Amino acid sequence: MKNIFAVAGVVIKELYRRKDFYVLFIVTILICLVMASINIYDDANIVRYLKEVSLDLIWICSLVVAVTTTARQIPAERENRTLLPLLAKPLTRTQLILGKFLGCWLACGMALLCFYVFFGALAASREHEHWPLLNYFQAAVMHWFMLGIIVALSLLGSLVFAAPSSNSTICAVIIGGILFVGRHLDQQALALREPTRAIVNALYFTIPHLEFYDLRDLVIHNWPLIAWKYIGLALLYAAGYMAVFLLGACLVFRRKAVN
Amino acid sequence: MASPRTYLLLLIALLVACFGVAAHLEPEFQAWRGSRSTGDIFNIALGDSRRMFANSFYVKADEYYHSGYYPSIFDDRTAFQTAHMAADTGAVNSKNHGDEHGFLGPVRNWIDGFGRHFFPDRHTHLDAGGPADDLSGSQNVREILPWLKLSADLDPDNAQTYTVTAYWLRERMNNVTEADAVLHEGLRNCPGSYDILFELGRLYYESYHDRDRARNVWEEGVRQWLNLDPDMATQRRPVDQMVADWLNRPLNLVKAQKDNQLVLEQLTTHLGKLEEEEDHLPQAIQWFQAGQRVSETPDVIQKRIDGLNFKLGQKFHPLLKPLF
Repeated sequence: MKNIFAVAGVVIKELYRRKDFYVLFIVTILICLVMASINIYDDANIVRYLKEVSLDLIWICSLVVAVTTTARQIPAERENRTLLPLLAKPLTRTQLILGKFLGCWLACGMALLCFYVFFGALAASREHEHWPLLNYFQAAVMHWFMLGIIVALSLLGSLVFAAPSSNSTICAVIIGGILFVGRHLDQQALALREPTRAIVNALYFTIPHLEFYDLRDLVIHNWPLIAWKYIGLALLYAAGYMAVFLLGACLVFRRKAVN
Repeated sequence: MASPRTYLLLLIALLVACFGVAAHLEPEFQAWRGSRSTGDIFNIALGDSRRMFANSFYVKADEYYHSGYYPSIFDDRTAFQTAHMAADTGAVNSKNHGDEHGFLGPVRNWIDGFGRHFFPDRHTHLDAGGPADDLSGSQNVREILPWLKLSADLDPDNAQTYTVTAYWLRERMNNVTEADAVLHEGLRNCPGSYDILFELGRLYYESYHDRDRARNVWEEGVRQWLNLDPDMATQRRPVDQMVADWLNRPLNLVKAQKDNQLVLEQLTTHLGKLEEEEDHLPQAIQWFQAGQRVSETPDVIQKRIDGLNFKLGQKFHPLLKPLF
């Protein structure tokens, strides 16, 4: 565990030394402040459009941070020729993968914390009587676990695909596809002929349903809290997919030449 | 090697040539219909595609009206063909049918069933309290306004955006001044729109209690609606004469009139009610007769006409009252 945390610590340090997160965070703040300054029929209590813009930006930025940070971890070690010295230390390949995953996931969590604190402050500036902190907590935790799946997927992709750019693009397409049509794949399968129908159905039951973790509509429109048992089950579901992708990454990395 | 003086003269000559060409082209550029220099930012950036975006923002406003419970392109949308926020204003023909509460259908499998815990899954309207079912929160309908404003900015020719915005501003936000401004902006962009004239008349009648102005704009709305028929639009006549003429003709509506029968019914019944309140019974009867021609419930209006005829009879022949 000590080795895993050591690797994770290095990854976290790398994130806060790089400028990506700061740029995205400042751009998000600026866009939200500009949107907040718009006068809409002289009504200062209109807030939901602002919450939507803010959450959309947070989602985009967090996905960019998660995918790009993870996709370059192993290729960068290989390119800088630091991978071999790293593995020469008392560090197994599995520990390296788990350390990289944990570092990226925790780094995403820290970025999310900043984003959601800003989001809460922005919403509170307009919704003076309504502070649904538990709803924000549910949204943030679910979002973080979804990023965990994405980090694990990108890590696996970084070992399979040749370059970080191709890995990032393919991951972005997969994530976008799941978020936009994942929920409806079974409906679409009904209109297809065999064997395409069976393939699409199999895909529907195989893919990680990232849309479970998208609580934006519930937060924006002030819906009541989700029952905690469903949140717990969704987190277990995410943990399962993280484990599957990490296992895949460990198996691929075990057979991979490091130089 | 040329001297610096030559370069200077060349530069001056080029500047003069530039100025001459600019002075020559400028008037032509200003007169050119394809010029983008005078358009708004949306027009410059998006061109005609802005109407498509305007429609999607209009739908977005309706999605907010339902607090996020809204069918995607993959779901059954038959109950959402007309925006509910527009249908609830009472001035728009609803084409909705089907089950608005259950467009998701029965649970298909465990993933579908589990996923329904993580997005809005209940049909609510913001003006009826939204997800909290708290009627005191009906002012939350304000949340649809940013998207309607954006939609109106992108497509200024869509009259319905102005009427829906003004209705909610007036009815739930009690912001009559802004509603008035929105409708006048709508009239500037869509001159002669009977939808906007109807809503403006309602604003004058219900909020300002100004019957004369309400009558004027409603009558103008009826005139504009009748003028959709090229046969009616040939002469400029008082609107009551146009209506009398229209009532004497066989009912032969052009397509635009068929699609907008509800607004004429609303205009004429509101005018009938206004005239009845002012004891102008013959005029009221004429307005109700006009409304009856396009109404989906002519029997209800006939009862109203019968009542007015009875009152009119009592007014002019009081001795004919029944003795029992």
